[in-house]
Amino acid sequence: MYRYDEFDHTFMAERVAQFARQVARRMSGEMTEEQFRPLRLMNGLYLQLHAYMLRVNVPYGSLSSAQLRGLAEIARKYDRNYGHFTTRQNIQYNWIKLDEMPALLGDLAKIEMHGIQSSGNCIRNTTSDQYAGASADEIEDPRVYCEIIRQWSTLHPEFSYLPRKFKIAVTGAPKDRAAVALHDIGLRLYHNAEGKAGFEVLVGGGQGRTPVIAKTIRKWLEPEDMLSYLEAILRVYNLWGRRDNKYKARIKILVNATGIDEFRNQVDSEWDKIKDTKLQLDAQEIERIRAYFASPAYETLPDYSAELIAHGEQNTAFKEWLKSNTAAHKITGYLIVNLSLKSPKQPPGDITSEQMLATADLADHYNFGELRVNHRQNLTFTDVRQIDVYELWQKLAALDLATPNIGKVSDIIACPGLDYCALANARSIPIAERIQQRFEDIDRLHDVGELSLNISGCMNACGHHHVGNIGILGVEKKGQEYYQFTLGGSSTEDAALGDRTGPGFSTDEVVNAVDRILNTYIEQRDDIEETFLETYRRVGMAPFKEALYGAN
Amino acid sequence: MPHMVIANTLRDGRVVFLSHDGSWAAAIADGELAQNETAASRLLADSKSSANSNVVIDPQLIEVNETDHGRQPTAYREYIRAYGPSVRNPG
Repeated sequence: MYRYDEFDHTFMAERVAQFARQVARRMSGEMTEEQFRPLRLMNGLYLQLHAYMLRVNVPYGSLSSAQLRGLAEIARKYDRNYGHFTTRQNIQYNWIKLDEMPALLGDLAKIEMHGIQSSGNCIRNTTSDQYAGASADEIEDPRVYCEIIRQWSTLHPEFSYLPRKFKIAVTGAPKDRAAVALHDIGLRLYHNAEGKAGFEVLVGGGQGRTPVIAKTIRKWLEPEDMLSYLEAILRVYNLWGRRDNKYKARIKILVNATGIDEFRNQVDSEWDKIKDTKLQLDAQEIERIRAYFASPAYETLPDYSAELIAHGEQNTAFKEWLKSNTAAHKITGYLIVNLSLKSPKQPPGDITSEQMLATADLADHYNFGELRVNHRQNLTFTDVRQIDVYELWQKLAALDLATPNIGKVSDIIACPGLDYCALANARSIPIAERIQQRFEDIDRLHDVGELSLNISGCMNACGHHHVGNIGILGVEKKGQEYYQFTLGGSSTEDAALGDRTGPGFSTDEVVNAVDRILNTYIEQRDDIEETFLETYRRVGMAPFKEALYGAN
Repeated sequence: MPHMVIANTLRDGRVVFLSHDGSWAAAIADGELAQNETAASRLLADSKSSANSNVVIDPQLIEVNETDHGRQPTAYREYIRAYGPSVRNPG
């Protein structure tokens, strides 16, 4: 993991002191709310329906156990004993007090964390593959480049007031677990014919009220050119992105209006001016950063998978969990283990202080003291010895972190919705909870198989509904909550936007509607191997529409 | 229909209602009800006084129904603001 250096620590201390002065001036009335609001937002502090909400960056989802303990302590000391992990791999606290913020930021700085650029029209937390550095299918570790982007983009003076917020994701594996095509810029690391690593660069993706799949702006970019090329894109966007209309201000609108070829020409022309400047990354600098992400001290272990399967023969619950919540590791004798934050007992992505503390202890014991937050609002242990997996599962189950539903219908992405969010039109969490309760039966869950279900409480799409295999969008109609469905969305390497089924459903009807969609899939699928998305792509909308709205 | 003034406190962001003596009450039942437009306008003007500018943020009028179960804001968003999230706090 990256560790703060002396410069980072000094900067954080100065920043906390600065915000403490700003809070004092606001509390005394020396500063108006209008003047103060942008300053608090720059530190990640929003005002929601019931209280202030603080968003803390978790750079590309990587956390040490010490940081998780610190986050648990903050939840206990300054909030209501829980936190909420988001699709940007960050953590949010929902019940923060303004006058306690300076002390809170001081505690955060001690664990090398902050909320800077978690809000506002700037470059937000760069997200990545939660399996980075560990997965069997990885080509290159994307965290190295995420960290370089983090250092370049933090407080970048030219990009602190962009037309709108800006999100970057990097993946280093053919299986896209970071939704790169739904980002303002997506970087895909791959090897060329000579075996050298470089990037495919995508631009202009995004969700919100105008969802767009990103387009390839450059098929091959040398890693050494990454920053100069990103800077060229940002400069063109900063110059031409619309500042007159918030809803048309994202880069996706500019790319669509300009056309990808002309946009590419403009970027290339800017790039020519800055390509050979100090933005050029030398190989030595890349290696310096790479050293922070050196593999942990793996042991030479035998493949233990046969023994794990044998354990599963005697314990169905373990077998189901092993099948859905673990993934192949690049090193023999190790497994990747996902901790589900999608128990029917808790809102999606929520975790209590006690769970955080216990998870930190488990990370120390089983996972080299580290863990990841992933964009589907779960946690991941990337480096667990296969021989420890059964024991770890028992401990996770005792903490209610072993619901065997990763990648299944109850592994729901949900935004906080109208229960917390000032922008929302409808609630998300109670809908997610009802769906989870309906599909609690493990046999049904596994019969339905691989499926993503995403819920947003408004068209800003924080719950990624456009790219859920089943997407649910909450809307308000004459004071009532309604839920519209989309089918066929995907956020992976075959990214697609879902198609709207038709009129929405009331709160009481929505779970039955999900049931009807799933029954239709089961009737229509060729065999149990054909996933929901494959079936939808083969048979189209018609049978689902009929199941939802009748023959007419 | 009667109106009330709802706001968030500056100090901790909590939801409050303007009460008859000009103080801010945490419970909707303790807030002042304006029964007509003139009273509502006066209530809103009071809430935006300079003294209140560093006590509360963004005071607004909301429409409220008086029912057997207490006062209920007509807009669902304000109902949730007044009574808290509809889901259990996991902590």
